[in-house]
Amino acid sequence: MEFIFFIILSLIAVISALMVILQRNPIHSALSLIVTLGSIAGLFIVLKAFFLAFIQIIVYAGAVMILFIFVIMLLTLRKDEFGQEKRKFQRIFAIIFSAFFLIELFIITNYTFFGKTEKILFTPADFGTPQALGRLLFTDYLLPFEIASILLLIAMVGAIFLARREE
Amino acid sequence: MVPVSYYILLSGVLFSIGVLGFLIRRNVIVVFMSVELMLNAANLAIIAFARNIGSLTGQVIVFLVMTVAAAEVGVGLAIIMMFYRNKKSVNVDDGNLMKW
Amino acid sequence: MIDNIWLVPLLPLLGFLINGIFGRKLGKNLVSWIGCGSVGLSFLISVKVFFELLSLPAEQRIFEKIVFPWIYSGFFKVNISFLLDPLSGVMLLVVTGVGFLIHVYSVGYMYEDNGFSRFFSFLNLFIFSMLMLVLANNFLLLYLGWEAVGLCSYLLIGFWYEKKSASDAAKKAFIVNRIGDFGFALGVMLIFWTFGGLNYTEVFQQAPSILVAGGGLVTAITLLLFMGAVGKSAQIPLYVWLPDAMEGPTPVSALIHAATMVTAGVYMMARCHILYELAPFTLGLVAVIGAVTAIYTASIAMVQNDIKRVLAYSTISQLGYMFLGCGVGAFAAGIFHLMTHAFFKALLFLGAGSVMHALSGELNMQKMGGLKGKIPVTFWTVFAAVLAISGIPLFSGFFSKDEILWKAFSQGNLLLWLIGVICAGMTAFYMFRLLFLTFFGKSRVDESIKSHIHESPKIMTVPLMILAILSVLGGYVGIPKSLGGGNNFEHFLSSVFGEKEMIIHHSAFTEYIVMIISIGVALAGIFFAYRFYISKPELPKSLAEKYNFPYRVLLNKYYVDEFYFKIIVNPLLKFATFLWQFIDIRIIDGTANGLAGMVNWFGGIGRKIQTGYVRNYALGMVLGVILVLAYFILK
Repeated sequence: MEFIFFIILSLIAVISALMVILQRNPIHSALSLIVTLGSIAGLFIVLKAFFLAFIQIIVYAGAVMILFIFVIMLLTLRKDEFGQEKRKFQRIFAIIFSAFFLIELFIITNYTFFGKTEKILFTPADFGTPQALGRLLFTDYLLPFEIASILLLIAMVGAIFLARREE
Repeated sequence: MVPVSYYILLSGVLFSIGVLGFLIRRNVIVVFMSVELMLNAANLAIIAFARNIGSLTGQVIVFLVMTVAAAEVGVGLAIIMMFYRNKKSVNVDDGNLMKW
Repeated sequence: MIDNIWLVPLLPLLGFLINGIFGRKLGKNLVSWIGCGSVGLSFLISVKVFFELLSLPAEQRIFEKIVFPWIYSGFFKVNISFLLDPLSGVMLLVVTGVGFLIHVYSVGYMYEDNGFSRFFSFLNLFIFSMLMLVLANNFLLLYLGWEAVGLCSYLLIGFWYEKKSASDAAKKAFIVNRIGDFGFALGVMLIFWTFGGLNYTEVFQQAPSILVAGGGLVTAITLLLFMGAVGKSAQIPLYVWLPDAMEGPTPVSALIHAATMVTAGVYMMARCHILYELAPFTLGLVAVIGAVTAIYTASIAMVQNDIKRVLAYSTISQLGYMFLGCGVGAFAAGIFHLMTHAFFKALLFLGAGSVMHALSGELNMQKMGGLKGKIPVTFWTVFAAVLAISGIPLFSGFFSKDEILWKAFSQGNLLLWLIGVICAGMTAFYMFRLLFLTFFGKSRVDESIKSHIHESPKIMTVPLMILAILSVLGGYVGIPKSLGGGNNFEHFLSSVFGEKEMIIHHSAFTEYIVMIISIGVALAGIFFAYRFYISKPELPKSLAEKYNFPYRVLLNKYYVDEFYFKIIVNPLLKFATFLWQFIDIRIIDGTANGLAGMVNWFGGIGRKIQTGYVRNYALGMVLGVILVLAYFILK
């Protein structure tokens, strides 16, 4: 059952990820990205990260992607209007390098996990629930949590400052 | 029960797609989306490992990564706005002043 | 007071500092008071000190005062310390006394000059340096003073530095002196190497035991020191700077280039007489160079028309006499002549300055004449000095010059004596020529200047008169025994030079004969001068035409300057140009620029990697990641 979910979701994720980078229209790319992020959220649920799955939907698929689409619409972008790629080697090398990268990742993964029994070591009952994660965030990881909030504040100020029209 | 290595491979595929997108696309917004894709691939790997060893710390890390990603997107999009305002273009290749 | 001898150099130093730093704000009156006052005070202290020295018994007349330690490094120890003995006492009086008179004179002479305070600060610095030179009790301090007077000489020759000729002359003086000083410094080092110390007392006490008389080492030391003396005292072959030094203001010529600084070489040799007496070869060389310089420059002086140049050559000639005296071992006579020469040569220069003052700066004697009645004080004082330098009996120069000639004669150096006598005749001739051309005969002064010929102010004439008195009477401290005197001067210095009873081969009668000969020669010189320039003024011209070649050679100073230029200066210049054009520009700069060019070239290739395209950079990043992963896989 779990395996079927994994297969379906990972297929959706890979296909839509490819669509993100292959669509000419940025709006389509953005929509494909939402699909990818949603399927990754589904995988999170499969991995018992319930809270993060909802965060993923709300923050990524909701806020972040809405921002992307806002910006795309704000800049009134049409299809890819840049014409012919001038540096041919860029595309060739990009494909070669990405392929190499992928192959290397495969080799490393195989090497790491080959012939080893992969089983779940230990899973508490409330693994991945908002309560468990919240307890951890407000006790052991309180300082990083607060710092993250300050980071968000700074990012907000920075974004406003950057996007402000100069007089 | 899905082995962790499957998730890692999936994460690697998504990451490679993100790299490819970053390298071949010229639309700065799509380039930025590719970055988000790579970030999510990494998140997926962390969650999978966390599940494997049964520790919630990995989820905390992902939570923080998401926070940072949100901040990054806010600033990044603002920079894209500035870029467009200065260059009247969203082609990354138009930002090529930092060279010899 | 003798314990406070350090005040003597300190006061001029203070004067230099005050005038040098605040001079422009002080006003001319205050500057002149400070300038003259400091030297005057140190003169008074010198007199006091001198009499205290005189009151001591003869054998105790040596006094050393360590002021403070200067350089202590291992066993190399040098103090700032002063030595007062009869020799430095005499020098002290001459330097401060004549220096003071010239300071006073300068107040009048330089009053209109813009650099008034600068002039006085330099003069004070010079007096300070000269006093350090004279009072030093070790060779290093002597060297300090030696270089410092050279510096002052440079500064004062080039005092009117806007004038190209003046700054050139200053450079020439400095560079030529440098050659001599090079030898001098080597000599000092050799002394240190030999004796392990630089104090006079150490060196001179050890000298007879360490050094072999007539040996190579002592000859080398004395020759090197003598090289310094040749430069500083303007002897052949390094005399060329002194005539050009006349570009400086006249009081400077009087003070530095006649009375004091140029005699430093003579003083130094007298101070080191123990070393020189151990090196007969050097002494012989000194005597020969002195004699040759004396007659050689006297011959040039006979035809020069520039009044200051005549005096300059005369100075070199008289210095030659002093060297001749030292060379025949008569150091006391050399110092005696140094003293009297300081009086009358300073007077002559100041007199010449007074004449220039009267004639609005005219230097050419052919454009003077008939000034006797118009500037009487100048005339009479210069006349006294001319008589003194010509060796007319009863004037100071007679006694000192005769002492030297007699010593040369009695030592058996007939040739040197003969040169000295001939040179005495030439001296008389050119000095009277100067006197006649300037003060007698018809006036040849330019019409424009003629109307306002005037005697100099009191502040200039009073020093002239005092110097005239000294020129006349200065010789009486050293009347020889044969003339009924006690030869007090030599006796006084004997505690320094030792009571050497010269073996007198000759009776007093011979001494009279020698004296009469030199008087006769001097009178002959005066007679010729009178004939040439008073009774038959057309004679010199016809003679010059008749003997055109020797005349032109003399007038052009034997073409020595041109010769030096050809032989030394031009090749050096060419060599320097070669170094500059080839070694410096081609090789050194070429290497540096070549390296930079190579870096530039490689950089030009390397910078192409930086395309400015973000995606190219990302490609590089990915390549890096791939390589790192490949490394881990292949490991």
